[in-house]
Amino acid sequence: MKILRNAAAALLALVVSHGAVPSTAAAAGSEIKFPPQIWSFSGPFGTYDRAAAQRGFQVYAEVCAACHAMKHSSFRNLAGIGLSEKEIEALAAAVMIPTIGDDGQPTERPGIPADRFRSPFPNERAARAANNGAYPPDLSVMIKARPGGADQMYALLVGYTDPPAGVTVGEGMYYNKYFAGHQIAMASPLSDGRVTYADGTRASVEQMSRDVTTFLAYIAEPEMEQRKRMGVKVVLFLIFLTGLTYATKRKVWADVH
Amino acid sequence: MAGLHKSEFQNPVINWIDSRLPVFTMLQKEYGVFPTPRNFNYLWNFGALAMINLVIMIATGIFLAMNYTPHATMAFDSVERIMRDVNYGWLLRYVHMNGASMFFIVVYIHMFRGLYYGSYKTPRELLWILGVIILLLMMATAFMGYVLPWGQMSYWGATVITNLFSAFPIIGDSIVTWLWGGFSVDNPTLNRFFSLHYLLPFVLVGVVFLHIAALHITGSNNPLGIDVKGPQDTLPFHPYYTIKDSVGICVYLLVFACFVFFAPNYLGHPDNYIPANPLVTPAHIVPEWYFLPFYAILRSVPDKLGGVLLMFASIGVLALLPWLDTSPVRSARFRPIYRILFWVLAVACVVLGVCGAKPAEGIWVVLSRIATAYYFLHFLVILPVLGKFERTLPLPESISRAVLPTGGGGPLPGGAAAKPMEKA
Repeated sequence: MKILRNAAAALLALVVSHGAVPSTAAAAGSEIKFPPQIWSFSGPFGTYDRAAAQRGFQVYAEVCAACHAMKHSSFRNLAGIGLSEKEIEALAAAVMIPTIGDDGQPTERPGIPADRFRSPFPNERAARAANNGAYPPDLSVMIKARPGGADQMYALLVGYTDPPAGVTVGEGMYYNKYFAGHQIAMASPLSDGRVTYADGTRASVEQMSRDVTTFLAYIAEPEMEQRKRMGVKVVLFLIFLTGLTYATKRKVWADVH
Repeated sequence: MAGLHKSEFQNPVINWIDSRLPVFTMLQKEYGVFPTPRNFNYLWNFGALAMINLVIMIATGIFLAMNYTPHATMAFDSVERIMRDVNYGWLLRYVHMNGASMFFIVVYIHMFRGLYYGSYKTPRELLWILGVIILLLMMATAFMGYVLPWGQMSYWGATVITNLFSAFPIIGDSIVTWLWGGFSVDNPTLNRFFSLHYLLPFVLVGVVFLHIAALHITGSNNPLGIDVKGPQDTLPFHPYYTIKDSVGICVYLLVFACFVFFAPNYLGHPDNYIPANPLVTPAHIVPEWYFLPFYAILRSVPDKLGGVLLMFASIGVLALLPWLDTSPVRSARFRPIYRILFWVLAVACVVLGVCGAKPAEGIWVVLSRIATAYYFLHFLVILPVLGKFERTLPLPESISRAVLPTGGGGPLPGGAAAKPMEKA
């Protein structure tokens, strides 16, 4: 049994040492720590706060969508944050989707729930031309694409400050505490009261940042709630099965020990 | 009836098939009554776990391939489509993705088990070498699989690793162009990697078959590292080890499920959710965790060719291990000095893994050089010399004498041998 114990210790050391990797990898790139936030969707039983995600969708639609695409997501995905079929149909129909008409010429048609969110620019070059040479990245998997995840997104949105003394920011650039290199081409997108929430929530920068981060976390992992629910069942079943199997093993081996 | 196999199975259908193609007799012989040392600990689960893991990878991979598009402009999007629009596509992909990590966890433990108990020593040299070939095939397959989502780490990992071959003088650059199918990592590279990623697992199945065939000739090693002396030292594989392996499989699936359902991206790199961009190099290009020790060895040498050669040598030296270790005693249980040095080697490997994840600067370079030096010292100097000087502990007379309270020697306990036949 000693070998087993030692092996377990070695494995643990491996896991622990590896656990140290992501944070340092992030630190090595930028030396920036993102203040950890409490999210409704973290932890093994986490779910998306529907109200926050819906407010976040409003922030996305009224602010972010002006420059950022979300091309991997469809209008129908909004059902996952609690929008009804009618609401989704209405939202989609209000957007004109580029298509080819019966005459073979480019035209537009009203969207349907199965359509992807319409990208604000036809291509990367058009996006750069309209944004001072910078390319606003697609937001579909943004939360998964950053080492700090949701914490990093939130920190970035609330991290706009005046540059510290002695730091000059380049032409068309803005100072952000939490952006690698501290100079970001995106102007602070949010300001108090930038959107008017239908549910009466005060639209502070922190509130909007938290809401839109919740929404983007959902967009990055629309399967998360189903995944965790299934995981709980699978793990409980496997614990039960492990117990049964071990009991059977004891019984089978009883006559040879 | 001449030429037909004389089948002992009672069921007429099974008997009919078995007489013409004795697969049932073979299964009964190799997995039913197969005499297996009675003293395995749970570390002997890991061969079976690796087998299960390979099956899981192939099964999920086949369904992923039905939904994946191997094209530089569509690969990333097709993976996101799998994640969002394919029914349970996220499950398939997360199982496949984390399955690669599980495969390496399982195989690394399997290998260290072999190192600790001297499973590579005569007569199991070829069995061990086949294992090293399996490791190489796994590494090639995993590397090419990681390229397929066509994220930033896919692209730049592929660029770095394929560029290693350019270190070879004269032919190096031609090899790299040939691997790429062009003058940079691009669509032809992605296409051939997809093709090979689908092919190699089946080659793997073939080598695994040989690995198991060789195992069933020599029989398994055991924690005491002594030979089986007679039937009192063994148990039939079924039901004793089928059930013991089942316990291990359950625990393995439990760990696997925790990754898949609760931390599916924990072992991955966030940069791979950024689409590949040849114009933007990530700040730190790191391979998947299971390559980190080798990556550290590569970077510990200031010379590119030297690093590449040393990295390949770190696996090559494993193939020579049966002849480098001169001790006639297999199990570390009876080798007091080797037992300590084994753990030193294990620590060196972990240190290499950590160094591989860190930027190649400062203390990490020093540490990875020390660990690399120890790794080769262990295999090339310590093991050959140690075998000549180490005072080993007295070996038990037989497995049964060592593990049975009665000292064994008697016939098998009632019914133990007969049990598996009841199934037939």
